[in-house]
Amino acid sequence: MLLAGVLAPFVLAVFAPTVKRVAGPATGWLLALLPAALTVYFAQFIGTVSSGGTITFSTPWVSDLSIHLSFYVDGLSLLFALLISGIGTFIVLYAATYLAKHADLGRFLMFILMFMGSMLGLVLADNVVTLFVFWELTSITSFLLIGFNHASPRSRRAALQALVVTGGGGLALLAGLLLMAQAGGSMELSTLLQSGDLLRDHPHYLAILILVLMGAFTKSAQAPFHFWLPNAMEAPTPVSAYLHSATMVKAGVYLLARVNPGLGGTEIWQTVLVAFGAVTFLIGAVLAIRNTDLKLMLAQTTVASLGLLVFLIGLGEEVALEAAMAYLFAHSLFKGALFMAAGSVDHGTGTREITRLSGLGKAMPITFAAAALAAVSMSGLPPFIGFIAKEWVYKATMGDFWPLAITGVAILGNALMFAVALLVGFKPFLGRQSETPKHPHEGGPGLWLGPVTLAALGLLAGLFNGLSGGLLVGPAVWAVAGEQVSVDLYLWGGFKTPLFLSLATIALGIVLLWRSRAISSTLAATFDRMWGPDRGYDQFLDLLIGTARTVTARLQTGTLRHYLLVTMLIVAAVLLLPVAQMGDLDITFRIPATDFYIFGIAALALAGGFSIAVFRSRLIAILSMGVLGVAVALVFLLFSAPDLAFTQLMVETLSVVILALVIARLPIYRSDWRGWPRAVRDSIIAGAVGVGFTLLLLSITSRTLDLALSEYFAARSYTEAYGRNIVNVILVDFRALDTFGEIAVVVIAGVAVLSLLAMGGRSLAGAGRAPDSAPDSAPDSAVTGKETS
Amino acid sequence: MEGAFAIVVGALFAVSVYLLLSGSMIRLLLGIFVLGNATHLLIFVAGRLTRDEPPLIPDGLKVAEAAIANPLPQALILTAIVISFSLFSFLLVLAYRAYQSLETVDTDRMRDAEPEAARQVLRGSDV
Amino acid sequence: MNSLILKTATPFLVGLTVLFSIYVLLRGHNVPGGGFIGGLIGASAFATYTINEGVAATRRAMVFHPVSIAGVGLFIAGLSGVASLLFGDAFMTGQWWFPSFAPDLKYLSTVVLFDIGVYLVVVGAIVAIIIGLEEST
Repeated sequence: MLLAGVLAPFVLAVFAPTVKRVAGPATGWLLALLPAALTVYFAQFIGTVSSGGTITFSTPWVSDLSIHLSFYVDGLSLLFALLISGIGTFIVLYAATYLAKHADLGRFLMFILMFMGSMLGLVLADNVVTLFVFWELTSITSFLLIGFNHASPRSRRAALQALVVTGGGGLALLAGLLLMAQAGGSMELSTLLQSGDLLRDHPHYLAILILVLMGAFTKSAQAPFHFWLPNAMEAPTPVSAYLHSATMVKAGVYLLARVNPGLGGTEIWQTVLVAFGAVTFLIGAVLAIRNTDLKLMLAQTTVASLGLLVFLIGLGEEVALEAAMAYLFAHSLFKGALFMAAGSVDHGTGTREITRLSGLGKAMPITFAAAALAAVSMSGLPPFIGFIAKEWVYKATMGDFWPLAITGVAILGNALMFAVALLVGFKPFLGRQSETPKHPHEGGPGLWLGPVTLAALGLLAGLFNGLSGGLLVGPAVWAVAGEQVSVDLYLWGGFKTPLFLSLATIALGIVLLWRSRAISSTLAATFDRMWGPDRGYDQFLDLLIGTARTVTARLQTGTLRHYLLVTMLIVAAVLLLPVAQMGDLDITFRIPATDFYIFGIAALALAGGFSIAVFRSRLIAILSMGVLGVAVALVFLLFSAPDLAFTQLMVETLSVVILALVIARLPIYRSDWRGWPRAVRDSIIAGAVGVGFTLLLLSITSRTLDLALSEYFAARSYTEAYGRNIVNVILVDFRALDTFGEIAVVVIAGVAVLSLLAMGGRSLAGAGRAPDSAPDSAPDSAVTGKETS
Repeated sequence: MEGAFAIVVGALFAVSVYLLLSGSMIRLLLGIFVLGNATHLLIFVAGRLTRDEPPLIPDGLKVAEAAIANPLPQALILTAIVISFSLFSFLLVLAYRAYQSLETVDTDRMRDAEPEAARQVLRGSDV
Repeated sequence: MNSLILKTATPFLVGLTVLFSIYVLLRGHNVPGGGFIGGLIGASAFATYTINEGVAATRRAMVFHPVSIAGVGLFIAGLSGVASLLFGDAFMTGQWWFPSFAPDLKYLSTVVLFDIGVYLVVVGAIVAIIIGLEEST
């Protein structure tokens, strides 16, 4: 049943374009039924999970490798699943209205649904490989979503950047997860994470940690990988509202929270997470106030929030985990609402530039209400869930172990967020109405239903904090902490330090809000010309492509001789290096005195070979080929291989016939065009290859031969296959399938030759090609010593 | 015995590589011919040379009683001979047709597929 | 070629060689020979014929287009492998028929059919190449 829940969005995705064609304006409402149903489906687990139970489902996939399609519902995955399907419901509705006039709305909804399915699979997965598969699926589907406006180069760049960064991190994650599975002895996370000490004491702990963090940090846009997230704002607003509130970027946070019982709690875990989280928190908050585009401001606050979450998970104490889960829940609600509200403003007015927006409150009252409610929750004012989350953040930073600087970071970051939240939530709606490209108007219910619901939920979750704490946040904390702890969220904690810190935050925030224009322009002047990771990404890609191009230009010269030269050098190296490595060869060099005529045959073969190498005329070439071929046939005959000798002789005859037919039409030069230096170089390479093969053969023949297969065939040739000629029985019976493939090749060769010849006198290269001048125009007489290299 | 033929095989490979590295189409073709023979001998010698009976089961017996030559390499080589012959024929005709339309047997000049000009464009372009 | 002796002898020689090639093909299961060798001998017979009598004569003598012969050979070889599927064995498992009047024949089998396919492929493909080259002048 869980599997069906995960797969249902994929199935519906396939039909989304059809639904759009048939249903027209009702598309959004119809398609939103599925995520709504999924929300209800997941909600029914709340009872089980909040009383400490879990739900599992497993179906074999690749059993031999212990890869199963196994899913697992505990507090953490349930919280995520509810956010994904719940917010997803409103996103589908919103997108159908927002992009109603877009020609590719059907495709867009298809991508959104596919993304939803991937995200659900990711948070519910129990098996590490299943988790990875869904993880990469979210990278791929988000690539499609971010690049939805594929005609815009900026969009394409942003999509590719997101894919490179998150997909690349995903590969590191795969390695990390597999190492972890090996260290813990299980592929199932639910089992694996119970043996936390085993993982933490394992010699590979550091490698596992680094690899897993690479995956989580790239996905959750932690500095220095934070640059892809704001760039992804090129996507249509519904994408931003979905990917950057509750889903895609939270996947990294989810992963960290998930593996916390297994990998967390060590000193390095805490240091790394707290450091990266704090830096990201500040960078995001500062860049948020620097920007003036509503969506970019929200995107940067998302970066900041992700930093805060990583920071809290890094702190690792119970209260910090409570803060993390409460903030995660609060953030998903208010950020989703704010993104959608910003999109509605854009939709209604035609601009997202905050400096050009004011006084929209009258024209767009519902959007204003939603934005205001969400902004208040984000700024951390009571009685919203955002306030509780922020109080808990302060409680967490007050732990005995953490220096004052940590609390300072939290205050500064939160004050910046406070300022940005109020700017985004109120500035466009208050004051005198401004001139905008479009006449401001409220959109349909599809546009405002989502933001209003989410913003209202933020308020309700704050008011009914016992319910939200007990049913959603609490069980999630249990899963992250790895044990059942009592979680009790409240609005009023008395006149204690967190409250004073909150007041200080608000005071600082108001100052920042007041000076926001000046701060923004100062920051813009300072940072905009600085080198940043976004430019670093470009430089890295340029370097990569440049290197590839250089290597290609060196290797792919377009000259056959160079390709062969490189190939032969490598053949020589492959043959000779192992010999050089092994040192002395155990070679037995027995020459029975009686077989003197064998040397005659060997000499004949050598003579044939060498005269081919130095031939000067057609006749010599054909004759030497014949000599070599016959010598080889004699070898076969002498050493008890009559079938081979027979075949070789016939092939020899036919080769000479065909060669004679062709060679008569080709010009022959007495010299082979290479001057002395090249001839010497080529001889050295040829000699190296030859010596290599001699040594290879000597070392093969000085070892015992495994005759098992030969004996198998010899014993069964007559008893089972009724044939006395073992070679023929192998060909037509034991290994008939091989032979069948080989005669197919012979037929293809015949057809290919006929096709080549059927092209007749037509030029392969097309008309108008001037023939080369000398030396080709003077066959058989030219002794030019042409030097080309 | 194998030792002597190891040297022959090595020498044939050397001849073949020397011919392959020549820029002339015809020498290249002959190089492939020698390469085929050298490889067949390589497999044959690696399967051990023996003056025993051929791999046949005498009449009246179900299994050969006397020592027989190793049948497996022989089966491999037999098909290899026919295949390399097909390949050789195909290459001969290909060379002939290439000469007809490109009017050269110098492989350095056979570059209609990767002309020098196109490579310049590739190198200079911004992908 | 303008040798009178060769011209006179060719039809007989070629006929005999083709006959011999079939003999080599059929005895191949028990003594040196088989489809590959037989096919090569057959092809060399037709090559001789082509050089002496010309392409048109060879085409007449072969009745069918050489590539068709090769194709039919490949088809027969494939078909002989399918037969085993009817008896519930894996693809290309040899099947024998021991007729009651000659239980020791051990000859009527899909394996021999396969070898005949190989023979036809080799003859057809090689003659096709030689005829094609001869014609393209």
